[in-house]
Amino acid sequence: MYFNLRHTVALTALVCASAAFAPMANAKTFKWANSGDVSSMDPYARQETFLLTFTANIYDPLVRRNKELKLEPALATKWGQTSPTSWFFDLREGVKFSDGTPFTADDVIFSINRANGPGSNVNGNFSSMKEIKKINDHRVEVTTSVPDPLLADKWASISIMSKAWAEKNNAVQPADMIKNEENFATRNAMGTGPFMLKERRAGEKTILVANPTWWDKPEHNLTEVIFTPVPNAATRIAALKAGDIDMTYEVPPADTDNLKKDANIKVLEGPETRIVFLGFDQERDELVESNVKGKNPFKDKKVREAIHRSIDVDAIKRTVMRGQSFPTNLMVAPGINGYTKELDKRPALLKPEEAKKMLADAGYPNGFEVGMDCPNDRYVNDEKICQAVVSMLAKIGVKVNLRAQTRNLYFAKILRSTADGKPSNTSFYMLGWSPATTYDVHNVFEQIIQTPDVKAKKGLYNAGGYSSKKFDELSNAVEVETDKAKRDAMIREATKIYVDDFAYVPLHQQALVWASRKNIDLVQPADNSFPLRYVNIK
Amino acid sequence: MLAFILRRLLQSIAVLLTVGLVAFSLFRYVGDPINAMVGQDTPAQEREALREKLGLNDSPPVQFVRFIANAAQGKFGLSYRTSEPVGSMIVERMPATLELSFCAALFALLVGVPMGVYTGLYPNHWSSRLFQAVSLIGISLPTFLIGILLILVFAVWLHWLPSFGRGETVQIGWWTTNFLTVKGLQALILPSITLGLFQLTLLMRLVRSEMLEVMRTDYIKFARARGLSNRAVNFGHALKNTLVPVITVTGLQLGALIAFAIVTETVFAWPGVGQLFIQSVQFSDIPVMAAYLMLIGLLFVLINLTVDLLYFAVDPRLRAQGTARAAGH
Repeated sequence: MYFNLRHTVALTALVCASAAFAPMANAKTFKWANSGDVSSMDPYARQETFLLTFTANIYDPLVRRNKELKLEPALATKWGQTSPTSWFFDLREGVKFSDGTPFTADDVIFSINRANGPGSNVNGNFSSMKEIKKINDHRVEVTTSVPDPLLADKWASISIMSKAWAEKNNAVQPADMIKNEENFATRNAMGTGPFMLKERRAGEKTILVANPTWWDKPEHNLTEVIFTPVPNAATRIAALKAGDIDMTYEVPPADTDNLKKDANIKVLEGPETRIVFLGFDQERDELVESNVKGKNPFKDKKVREAIHRSIDVDAIKRTVMRGQSFPTNLMVAPGINGYTKELDKRPALLKPEEAKKMLADAGYPNGFEVGMDCPNDRYVNDEKICQAVVSMLAKIGVKVNLRAQTRNLYFAKILRSTADGKPSNTSFYMLGWSPATTYDVHNVFEQIIQTPDVKAKKGLYNAGGYSSKKFDELSNAVEVETDKAKRDAMIREATKIYVDDFAYVPLHQQALVWASRKNIDLVQPADNSFPLRYVNIK
Repeated sequence: MLAFILRRLLQSIAVLLTVGLVAFSLFRYVGDPINAMVGQDTPAQEREALREKLGLNDSPPVQFVRFIANAAQGKFGLSYRTSEPVGSMIVERMPATLELSFCAALFALLVGVPMGVYTGLYPNHWSSRLFQAVSLIGISLPTFLIGILLILVFAVWLHWLPSFGRGETVQIGWWTTNFLTVKGLQALILPSITLGLFQLTLLMRLVRSEMLEVMRTDYIKFARARGLSNRAVNFGHALKNTLVPVITVTGLQLGALIAFAIVTETVFAWPGVGQLFIQSVQFSDIPVMAAYLMLIGLLFVLINLTVDLLYFAVDPRLRAQGTARAAGH
């Protein structure tokens, strides 16, 4: 015991001595935390918002999204289409990578081919691309196999890497799972972006420092950024209150009220681009889980309307969501290209008698019984929302048997098979969707609303099999229409079809809830990305 | 003695192989790793090709044999989640877990044993009763709750200690240590207490009951009759004879400390192997899970072996009877 005590004293002396050499903390160090770590520093390792937007602090894309998610020039100063199937990008001159090498068209060609090549998981963005050519050091041209009006939107999430750096470090392809060797780009990063990677300890912390030679005028005032994954939500909140971190996102709804009372903390709430909605099985002739035999009540538009107009989304906002939701009548959110404001009006709520009468007219005077599938760990308060829906529909005589389960089991049940397109086994379900790859309504049209067709890769997430021929035609036309005015008119027409058909019951956009210390200024984009280039410490 | 060790080693290998085989037959139930690896719009054929390439379609025993064959050459593969080499991922995080477990064990021993001796010697003193009552808390409160409470009090209210993480670490070769910086030592305090509290309680109660037992024996009475000092009787004779079960429990609990560090590491965002394992389970990251489980299995086996050897050192009867008795273990 005494022996140990003596050791402790000696150790303490040693510690004090070494503390004198510890680097002084800089005044503009920004510390933040999230539940999970960035899985890789390689910007093509995964099509995942967190990874793409984190690496975008180090790498720049050709065109980037601003605070309102609109495209603005980054490494390309001008871009556009010269014909329906060809695009050009004029590159910014005088840009240098943070290691001092100049940025040219070769880097763009290299990056696009790397992102579209083996080992990459972002190659979904290049399905339309036929060829990319260098015209000169500061201009590239892309030809597509079909007209693709969304090419620049998709490429806004593609970071541009340095050809020389990747070749020098043997990282010309993203990591190959089969080989037993580490890929340099998994832990290292070097781009033209606002920050540089200083230290990467996977699972522990990632340190960025401001890039002094960034081509753009910084809107941030940070010198250093320390990111730490903190898996436990309660610990994150405690760390924020203790001042150990300056900012965290993914704040649990239950903690927001408590945080708002703390004078040192700022809670930021904004709408997320994800829409949470309810869907019906409109495909089978008889529902899998219902007491109605021989016919499918959801094939009748009147039934869908009665249900749609009996669900009080404002009440859900008030009670279940504690004000943290933004009710909607559309399947896309403001900020997404193709959002049609004038159609975003929910029809008036029905009184229970009116809804019952509507059901009676459709042939269900005593209502009916149906099973419902809902996740309990995927969206904010998902299970509670479903419970609220159950009680609202009980008032009009529709008895809903709710099955809320964990996301793995839930998705396995409600999604249709990607192999043969067989319909799923759900009758009535909740789902959330955000067109995070293109920020365009067509993604929602194609994946959620078009008639399912595995070969054409349409309607893969249309679990209930809603089908409208006119809508399909419009959606396919929107996909290749490059004239903006014509495209917008078709989007409007298609939107009106699914709204009038009560194809789905859109509920709301859930709120993004972030929290920071009072002295932090930041921007909260609706796509749940967190650009460090807008952060200021006062 | 040598035969004993050899026999033990052979048993250990059998245990490890069983652990691995069970682990591999369970992996198919934690979800599909392919889903976590590729984008949502990856076509079914590509998923199938990747599955085939990674050998996920093979039966568990085949996958296990392949894993062992590679592991024997020091190849643990790349993590499905981060595409980093599994071996170096574990090696990098091992120091964090070992230092935390070591401090927790030290805390449990240095506080638990004296408390046990004290409550054993003076079972009816009011302070013994207080210790007993307090130790109930250690045994009944779940680890994560203790962790959160400590964070609340010492980080949020008092601002004395950091709320999470390892603080500052110093790199010595491949080992990162907390012991050489003030911030690093401060960061160790709360997690070590959280992790060690249960073991402390266990040790205290064990030492106490052993002490009560030993104090009633004849040789203690004789020692007192001989006029030996209290100190010599209590520590030289009584405590020493309680040590066999204490060493067994401490040894086994050291393994438990490393294995159960998972919860503490999650609460304190402590970047150790436990946290790595939890992240890997969420992503069905089979290479990491396999390597971790085998490692923990190996650790328990080694600790058990060491404990058996320590018996020889502590208990003279075992030395006297030699291998004959040990073989009957």
